[in-house]
Amino acid sequence: MPAIFSLDPLFLGDAGNLEILAIVLAKVVIAFAGLMVSVMLMVWWERKFISDLQNRIGPNRAGPFGILQTLADGIKLFFKEDLIPDQSDRFVFKLAPYLSLVPAFLVFAVVPIGGDFSNGGDGLISVFGNDTYVQLADPHIGILFVLAMSSIAVYGIMLAGWSSGSKYPLLGSVRASAQMVSYEAALGLALVAVLLKTGSLSTTTIVREQAGEGPEFLGLFPMPDWNVIVLGVVPFIIFFIATTAELNRPPFDLVEAEQEIVGGFHTEYSSIRFALFFLAEFMNVVTMSAVMVTLFFGGPAGPDLGVLPAALWGFVWFFAKLFVFLCLFIGLRGTLPRLRYDQLMDLGWKLLIPLALGWVLFLATLDVFSDRGWTSGGERLVVTGVFLAAMLVFAGLLMVAISNGKKARERDGEEVFG
Amino acid sequence: MAIADPPQDITQGDQRVRLRDDTSAVLRLTEAQASELTYDDNDRRMIMNMGPQHPSTHGVLRVMLELDGEVVRRSKPIIGYLHTGMEKTGETLSYLQGSTNVTRMDYAAPLFSELAFSMSTEKLLGIEVPERAVWIRMLMCELNRISSHLLFQATNGMDIGAVGMMIYGWREREEVLRLFEKITGLRMNHNYIRPGGVAADLPDGWRDDVLSIIDKLPERLDEFDNLLTGQPIWRERLQGVGVVNTDECIALGVTGPLLRSTGYAWDLRQDMPYLAYDQVDFDVLVGSYGDCFDRYAIRLNEIRESIRIIHQILDKMPTGDYRIQDKKVTPPPRARIDESMEALIHHFKIFTEGFKVPEGEVYCAVESPRGEVGCYMVSDGGAHPYRMHIRGPSFVNLQVMPHMMQDAMVADAVAIISSVDPIMGEVDR
Repeated sequence: MPAIFSLDPLFLGDAGNLEILAIVLAKVVIAFAGLMVSVMLMVWWERKFISDLQNRIGPNRAGPFGILQTLADGIKLFFKEDLIPDQSDRFVFKLAPYLSLVPAFLVFAVVPIGGDFSNGGDGLISVFGNDTYVQLADPHIGILFVLAMSSIAVYGIMLAGWSSGSKYPLLGSVRASAQMVSYEAALGLALVAVLLKTGSLSTTTIVREQAGEGPEFLGLFPMPDWNVIVLGVVPFIIFFIATTAELNRPPFDLVEAEQEIVGGFHTEYSSIRFALFFLAEFMNVVTMSAVMVTLFFGGPAGPDLGVLPAALWGFVWFFAKLFVFLCLFIGLRGTLPRLRYDQLMDLGWKLLIPLALGWVLFLATLDVFSDRGWTSGGERLVVTGVFLAAMLVFAGLLMVAISNGKKARERDGEEVFG
Repeated sequence: MAIADPPQDITQGDQRVRLRDDTSAVLRLTEAQASELTYDDNDRRMIMNMGPQHPSTHGVLRVMLELDGEVVRRSKPIIGYLHTGMEKTGETLSYLQGSTNVTRMDYAAPLFSELAFSMSTEKLLGIEVPERAVWIRMLMCELNRISSHLLFQATNGMDIGAVGMMIYGWREREEVLRLFEKITGLRMNHNYIRPGGVAADLPDGWRDDVLSIIDKLPERLDEFDNLLTGQPIWRERLQGVGVVNTDECIALGVTGPLLRSTGYAWDLRQDMPYLAYDQVDFDVLVGSYGDCFDRYAIRLNEIRESIRIIHQILDKMPTGDYRIQDKKVTPPPRARIDESMEALIHHFKIFTEGFKVPEGEVYCAVESPRGEVGCYMVSDGGAHPYRMHIRGPSFVNLQVMPHMMQDAMVADAVAIISSVDPIMGEVDR
């Protein structure tokens, strides 16, 4: 099988086609089931955790600690009447939930969820004598695939709102398309920082680069070689904020702001179609957290602490890191008020994108040092000085532009509304 | 449009009153101007109904928004979805039954309507309630002010998107409601303050119960401060949103935290003291910008002021009777009915025909958490009011909403509705 589709050694080895098919099918099943189960647990955990934050008990009826609540809700929604509004565009209305669900599934395919990266391991595990990565696919385009899929997910939400033929969903879908498109830019720029360091789009390579020990913490003990540390924390923070906006999670949940536009794009959806949106949303939370873990926190890479077989530690580390992110999202939901539409746009365009761009340039400058072999203090000082000056000029111009734009808008507003 | 010069305060008797003749001069968009606004075919405005079934229109308020994208150009509150004709019902109920009726108007602060009603009746009757009843009424009203403002904190937080706040606000309110249930028998719609006094004396251990609430509360209020007051998103969302000025408020008759947020210190408790508010020490809180944040902050700190007042009430609570011993107004105790013919007759008369009230008309106003709630009552000398009208602050305050909403965004509209804090039961009556 040509390597163009995948970097996975499974396809390069001498395994027979049937064997490859069996392994790939097994992986599909595991990825699908794993994702579904983790989404189910995520929904339960979110409700439980947020209940704790808010002095409530939360689900406690279905199963032990209410752990089956999501399943019960899903079954209930399945049997509800499926309403399609008269005013809606029926075909698009039915299509939209799938446009939103399928990309969420697909993103998970490129995330390495396990594998032995400790002690210089390359993340391969052996299945019946065939070496393979613990991820469904490892295409060359790797992380670009994630961006592409999250762009497609915008269509699902936008079309859902538009096709409902109702005003609140329309407002929601307009908000969604503007919000997700603008935050995609910040997301991409933060990603460039990772790619500059790794030099590869492949998720496995990105994880492998982060395995092992990194810089020392104040000369005391070595920190992990995670991108979040190596690249400075800024790209991660930008990526995290942009992801939160991309996922429509609080405080950026304007798309479905219940208090303003009554649920936004899914106002008119009921029954299983609503459940699909709900599922897609939480699935996106899990997959995007997984992507963040992969890009900035070394994915499944972590020390082998014994007790378990080395191959299992990858899973443990991966899900432990994932869990932290999920808790972080829930914590944000529990504490922060929602931003307003224009404030969200301001944050994206006037702060995150310029900052991400500046940081990428900064990292590129540092790369130039090593490429040119500029190691002496003088050379570094000059280049850093020039860089900082250029950045200051850039930031200054940006601020002037922003304030001019604001003044012009106020002037226009006065003309129109006196 | 230029705002007219602020009107001068004038003094009438010992009361400070502001007078103005032309109210339309201060409004941003008068009826006449609004009707002149026309749009061509290329106009891309959308009319959107927010409510009457909407998560954040606080019941059944319907606001018609004229949207230009996300920006509200014009808006119009539409009311009447909860109209049950309570004022008309009031004309068929006796004075003793009347407070069961008015208590259902502002269901978040029922004791204030009861108080206004009872005070009007008492004024018509020309009776003075005993000292202890006065102080019990004050205690209950301040507790109710706390519970109402806590409800505001909860719903305001929820409307801005801080959903956790909803539960925290309700949690504290629940403590107060539990005490209400102990004292009055009900969590809301108490019918506790009645013409002639209050329904029952405070139960045993009330002092400890009140103390346990007001000792715990300041700590919790500080937590609200931590969660919201300094929160950058919270401030961004509320500061400079829904700005209204003193002139507009006075022109439209707006009272309560809305008026105070504009910097005009008008609080009936201080300006036209009733009950024994002249014997307690408290501050009237004012804002300086007239925006949603000021209104949030005023309500939060009014809880603290109420706690201060309650501490003083606990110190000064007199002993004595909790209702007037006027046999024509107050039903006799159950035990007396068995031994006294007069008691039986009084009891029978009060509960069938009701007591007669001298002819006259009267208006009594008290400061509720939402503003001035007043009761205008006309008696023709019979046992039922000839006319009973409640001046509901929510109803009056709603009128300023279109002005605040002009050129705000949809999200601001929600914040503005929330900061007006309307209770629809009182708007529609």
